Amino acid sequence: MTMLSKLLTGASLALAVGVTSFPVYAETPANMLVIANRIDDVTTIDPAESFEFAGSDISRNVYSRLVILDPLDLEAGYKPDLAESWDVSEDGKTITFTMRDDATFHSGNPVRAEDAAFSLQRAVILNKTPAFILTQFGFTPENVTETIRADGNKLIITTDQRYATSFVLNCLTATIGGVVDKETVMANEVDGDMGNVWLRTNSAGSGPYMLDRWTPNDNVTLSSNPDYYGGAPAMERVIVRHVIESASQRLLLERGDIDVARNLNPEDIAGVSDADGIQVVDELKGRLMYLALNQQHPELSKPEVRQAFKYLVDYEGMQNSFLNGQYTIHQNFLPATYLGASDENPFSYDLDKARELLEAAGVENLEIEIGVREAQERMEIAQSFQNSAAQVGITVNITVGTAKQILDRYRARELDVYLGAWGPDYPDPQTNAGTFAYNPDNSDEANATGLLAWRNSWDTGGLTEKVDAAVVEGDREKRVQMYLDIQEEFRETSPFVIMFQQIEQSAMRDNVTDFSTGQAVTNAAYWQVTK
Amino acid sequence: MALTEDNKQRRPTRAPFSNHVWPILKTALLTLGSIAVTLIGLVFITFVIGRVMPIDPVLAIVGERASQATYDEVYFQLGLDKPVIVQFLYYLWDVVHLDFGISLLNARPVSEDIARVFPATLELATLGIFFGVVLGIPLGVLAAVHKGSWIDQIARVVALVGYSMPIFWLGLMGLLVFYGILGWVGGPGRVGIFYIDVVPSVTGLILVDTALAGNWDAFKNAFSHIILPASLLGYFSLAYISRMTRSFMLEQLSAEYITTARVKGMSEWNVVWKHAFKNIRVQLITVIALSYANLLEGSVLTEIIFSWPGIGSYITTALLSADMNAVLGGTVVVGLIFILLNIFSDLLYRVFDPRAK
Repeated sequence: MTMLSKLLTGASLALAVGVTSFPVYAETPANMLVIANRIDDVTTIDPAESFEFAGSDISRNVYSRLVILDPLDLEAGYKPDLAESWDVSEDGKTITFTMRDDATFHSGNPVRAEDAAFSLQRAVILNKTPAFILTQFGFTPENVTETIRADGNKLIITTDQRYATSFVLNCLTATIGGVVDKETVMANEVDGDMGNVWLRTNSAGSGPYMLDRWTPNDNVTLSSNPDYYGGAPAMERVIVRHVIESASQRLLLERGDIDVARNLNPEDIAGVSDADGIQVVDELKGRLMYLALNQQHPELSKPEVRQAFKYLVDYEGMQNSFLNGQYTIHQNFLPATYLGASDENPFSYDLDKARELLEAAGVENLEIEIGVREAQERMEIAQSFQNSAAQVGITVNITVGTAKQILDRYRARELDVYLGAWGPDYPDPQTNAGTFAYNPDNSDEANATGLLAWRNSWDTGGLTEKVDAAVVEGDREKRVQMYLDIQEEFRETSPFVIMFQQIEQSAMRDNVTDFSTGQAVTNAAYWQVTK
Repeated sequence: MALTEDNKQRRPTRAPFSNHVWPILKTALLTLGSIAVTLIGLVFITFVIGRVMPIDPVLAIVGERASQATYDEVYFQLGLDKPVIVQFLYYLWDVVHLDFGISLLNARPVSEDIARVFPATLELATLGIFFGVVLGIPLGVLAAVHKGSWIDQIARVVALVGYSMPIFWLGLMGLLVFYGILGWVGGPGRVGIFYIDVVPSVTGLILVDTALAGNWDAFKNAFSHIILPASLLGYFSLAYISRMTRSFMLEQLSAEYITTARVKGMSEWNVVWKHAFKNIRVQLITVIALSYANLLEGSVLTEIIFSWPGIGSYITTALLSADMNAVLGGTVVVGLIFILLNIFSDLLYRVFDPRAK
């Protein structure tokens, strides 16, 4: 697809040059929001199973959760949603939610604590890909009916140990926290699947939108829920059309046949940024681009070499050229907009400093292999790094491969250096702290392939314990400070060279207000949008 | 001569019924056998390629950050621990029962997906080949009859542009001009936003479904959306068909029987259409069948640019996502189309060429 992308980009450029304005302009109805987006990653819309971006967008608008991240105030963190309040026990292990009494499902059934308990129990029992977000609190299929239970209009959750309340609640804002209509779901159960097959393509939520239809690789249509307890959304119908090609999205936007284009490439963004009636909105997303140095390598494990690599990246050069508008410099494992995120970016492109550090480490004529997947921007970053490294005497051999080729070797600790991307799983700092800076057993036998620190054979030198401590800290402010401290130490000592954070640029008609793709912490929300 | 009793006895009698039926049955059985063997070969090759390609269906399901235990669990669930030949036999058994498995991408049966995406491609390809044939054949004939004239030169340029212009560029320019600037046609997608799912899907062919429903507004809208991509595909078919027609016709027009016909005073119309053209029909059938088969594979770039949910983009997306069930299912269907079109063109040979009987 690389060649295909190049060809299409070339054609898009031709289009950008050829078009300045359009004499014919249509307009979508005032009560309808039409979005062009790539939705070919939607595999299921069951909240217990959905783990992809476009699927999570649907889920966020269809399923209400106990707590919500307000799209108009994401910085505030979680707020009450189906749970109007909660109490935490003295030992910090039990949270008792009080459910609101005015919420109903799209079926008309009332939303009960029993539904909320069923939804979380179901996610644990089904044990699909995102189940770890809940099972990390000690819930298992065997104990879940006791650890997650309903009592009247109360939902009671008991974790296996004390955790920061913010950690638990942040996890409940994830897609897997969506509350499903127990009666409707169980009426569609087949062979004990708890309605999983049915919910993959149907919905049973209580959110601001109802799913009308999802046609894979074509469109998703949502209708507003007139009985939504938060008030019926202004956009009565939302249509998400699957449009892959950036130039096609741009044409649709400029013609007024869509309101929002979510996948414009930098050339098309530049093309529409000055167009009449169109605005471009930037949002920071969670994806980080990083280099990781395998600590089994005798030279790469030297602290000075780890530091030197952090001065070998031409951060600004890349940000201002081929990554322009798509990524911004970010050198911490928590993406900006996350709780505890740091905006410290102490490293800059400094060949003299890198040379000095390499000399101090006694490294000469180093030759390393970088593994990178065949994605355009990653290969360009690898080439930029290769050029920089060559100037200090390091020979970098770039191995480009498919996900299987590269990730298999990365997971098996076989690569010298890996260049890749990482996105958070849920909106809590633990999601990245628990993989970048956490490695309780660095032995090969541990086979902890899910942990990035383990993949790079890095004994975190005390950070693991600090991550453990931060995840149980009940005081939010203290917890924030703990993550700031962990990241400060991580920046200096870790074998990770975190370089960039992704930006999503959405182009939309200028009458669209309050559209949110959810920043780094969550997904797109439509109910607050007006036109 | 009077018919004697002996003569009556010796008179050839009608062959037994089986003598008529058996050759037909034998041909049919051989054809079916040939289809089966070709399909099994196709499935086997695709299956093996799918297994040796550096893509990992397990990773596609569990994600990059899954633990080894989760990875292993799915690995065994997919039966990847079994020998390839055993996996193939299992798969073949399912295919025989029209079960192409479940798509890893959307957790739906692949057969359902194909039933959804193939009509979109069929509709586009059929309209495309219609344009290609209706315009390409007369253009080729005219170019041959007026060899070296300005008509021939125009036909050459038209074909050259069709051959050499990248389809994605032409597609985007077509969208820009006819949709973006002039507003004469609909944009990407099969219908506009007001017509999504307004008529029930009976055949999956949106023009047919809207006509069956009697919803002529929806029909017009669907037609405005299909006309540009179909014309584009038709243009590429036209380029090929017109050049081949010209070449076949030139060969016929230089034959002695054509000279004889002209000497006898036959009108040029009759010479060209009733004699020369009649003799190139069999060759043209092959050309058209191949063009149609190519279109039915799904033009990936056209489908991407026009957001057309057809089989080409379906297979491509599946391939890039390591969804081998979908890739295999799509490949089998495309292979079957090729085979069926070949059989169909063989049958047409028999109609148009008495020697083939």
